[in-house]
Amino acid sequence: MSIKVILDKCTGCTLCVKACPFNAITMVDRPTDAPGKSKKIAVIDLDACTLCKACIESCKFAAIEIELEKESSMDVSHFKGVWVFAEQREEKVQNVAYELLGEGRKLAADLKTELAAVLCGSEKIEEEVAQLFAYGADKVYLVTHPELKHYRTLPYSRALTELIRTHKPEIFLLGATTTGRDLAARLAIRVGAGLTADCTGLSIDPEKKILQQTRPAFGGNIMATIISPNNRPQMATVRPKVFRKSPKKEGAQGQLIKFKPVISEEDLTLKLLEIVKDESVKINLAEAEIVVSGGRGLGEAKNFKLIEELAGVIGGAVGASRATVDAGWISPHHQVGQTGKTVAPKLYIACGISGKIQHLVGMQNSDTIVAINKDPDAPIFKVATYGIVGDLFDYVPLLTKKLKELRG
Amino acid sequence: MDLIVCIKQVPDTTEVKINPETNTLVREGVPSIINPFDENAIETALQLKEQHGGKVTVITMGPPQASEALRTAIAMGVDEVVLVSDRAFAGSDTWATSYTLAQTIKKLGNFDLILCGKQAIDGDTGQVGPGIAEWLNLPQITFAVKIEIKDKQARVERLLEEVNEVVEAPLPAVVSVVKQINEPRMPSLKGLMKAKKTEIKTLNAEAIAADIKNLGLKGSPTQVVRIFTPPPKGGGEILQGETAAIADNLISKLRERKIV
Repeated sequence: MSIKVILDKCTGCTLCVKACPFNAITMVDRPTDAPGKSKKIAVIDLDACTLCKACIESCKFAAIEIELEKESSMDVSHFKGVWVFAEQREEKVQNVAYELLGEGRKLAADLKTELAAVLCGSEKIEEEVAQLFAYGADKVYLVTHPELKHYRTLPYSRALTELIRTHKPEIFLLGATTTGRDLAARLAIRVGAGLTADCTGLSIDPEKKILQQTRPAFGGNIMATIISPNNRPQMATVRPKVFRKSPKKEGAQGQLIKFKPVISEEDLTLKLLEIVKDESVKINLAEAEIVVSGGRGLGEAKNFKLIEELAGVIGGAVGASRATVDAGWISPHHQVGQTGKTVAPKLYIACGISGKIQHLVGMQNSDTIVAINKDPDAPIFKVATYGIVGDLFDYVPLLTKKLKELRG
Repeated sequence: MDLIVCIKQVPDTTEVKINPETNTLVREGVPSIINPFDENAIETALQLKEQHGGKVTVITMGPPQASEALRTAIAMGVDEVVLVSDRAFAGSDTWATSYTLAQTIKKLGNFDLILCGKQAIDGDTGQVGPGIAEWLNLPQITFAVKIEIKDKQARVERLLEEVNEVVEAPLPAVVSVVKQINEPRMPSLKGLMKAKKTEIKTLNAEAIAADIKNLGLKGSPTQVVRIFTPPPKGGGEILQGETAAIADNLISKLRERKIV
């Protein structure tokens, strides 16, 4: 992308200077060797320019040209800093944002640049800013508008496009959540960025200083490392629970930049009507410290009760394999794995789950994994810290009973 | 109501082979299927047509053999299929793919709703649906688990992490669906006969008036630089003994680790 003033057409009239919302245009003396007649000419500061085209519309002499060329020719040198999308739900920043700040800190250090968090919401969301500094952000872009209270694709895309074009980050990371994936996919097209989905590894190429993004593909059977060398920002959605938060520093300070986006009526055609809660979700699976999961070995829907009882005794959340969700034994909000949720609790107990690769990629980062399965060759035992080759109908009720006694 | 469904042909196996010289996936010789989530999208379209009338058109971008996926779609009962195929498309990432599909849809003309699966099981990105929506400047609704059309509005329930969300948007729109939305129908015998006889309409880059610099490898901001298989896991300790002893052993180990 590039924008330029055609010197022999510019009359030095200053209309474009007045039209520029970003103060990116100044008038300077016409160089003696430049064609044209007027004394002054317009010069565009590319660092400040967002390519909004306001100047082009204002110019009566067709003296400004924009080339929205795809991006192999994008000038990447103006893009600086690592950004993290601070996803919020019900006005609470989600843990994945703090995990991204932890990882973003390392990337920013390797690039000798700054780490920024981008927080969108209504005015009230400002209360969360201190947390972002405490988890390591050097800078917080606070993007507020009444229409940003709940996530919706178009208002968020509008606001973030404006922010990206104004402040030009070189890297932009979002959580690979339903929101992060919905938003990133739209934004990447709009700003002409390369986007890598659901990354589990990030690093900086020490020579080229570009982001190397590693992710599972083909259901986790292979890993691919992907780069976006010629486009900025380099965008990635990052799987939750893969990276660790930095230690929290209460009272940490940073630079707060407030940004008020312009959101137009056409961005508001989609209406959020209702949030439907799932009564079977008692503990948030993704955030739980203990997860007890059931698989096909349960045999039928009603046996999930055994899983719920064990989870109940030890304060765990209930997880499920894809097979059980597909069979309709339990709601999809419980699904762990490639097309479900990624969890990394302190303890993961897999009951009657064979452990196909698609399940393993969703839970293998758990600290301690216990597997109970009748089949000694089940792949789940390859990732288990402790394996029990046996019938879950013997072990699960027994463990529930013993743990209950232990807890009094 | 005119419905367009975008589908992808994917390998029907978790046994992925890699050509060590080119570091690329070997797709030859692996049986191919319609991406399962895309079958749900086709089923959604067929059900909406049954309720509201209209026409279902299925499009796919891919090599000539992707026409097999389109024949399956015909056998399921869709009205028209289009293969978008050109050597210029090779190496497309989600950016270039969504551009190519959007250009194709523009070429096809009128539509009320575009349906996709939530993601493909080979790439697992889920980025093409929203990409098409952006190129066509339409609202997008991802992770749909229920859809109703009324008065040119789509009311859609979205399957999110902990909750579902009900949204409403004016048509035309792009909706991507999850597996739980329906059970895709099997191809009918009559459909199979029809599929066999149908000549697959094919469009190339020129036919969709595509800007060549947005296509294929050249039009793709992302590049795969390395593909590797993750190292196998070793596995841990298998607890031995009588049932009760194993249970006690496990509990004491978990207590040592201060987990329970």
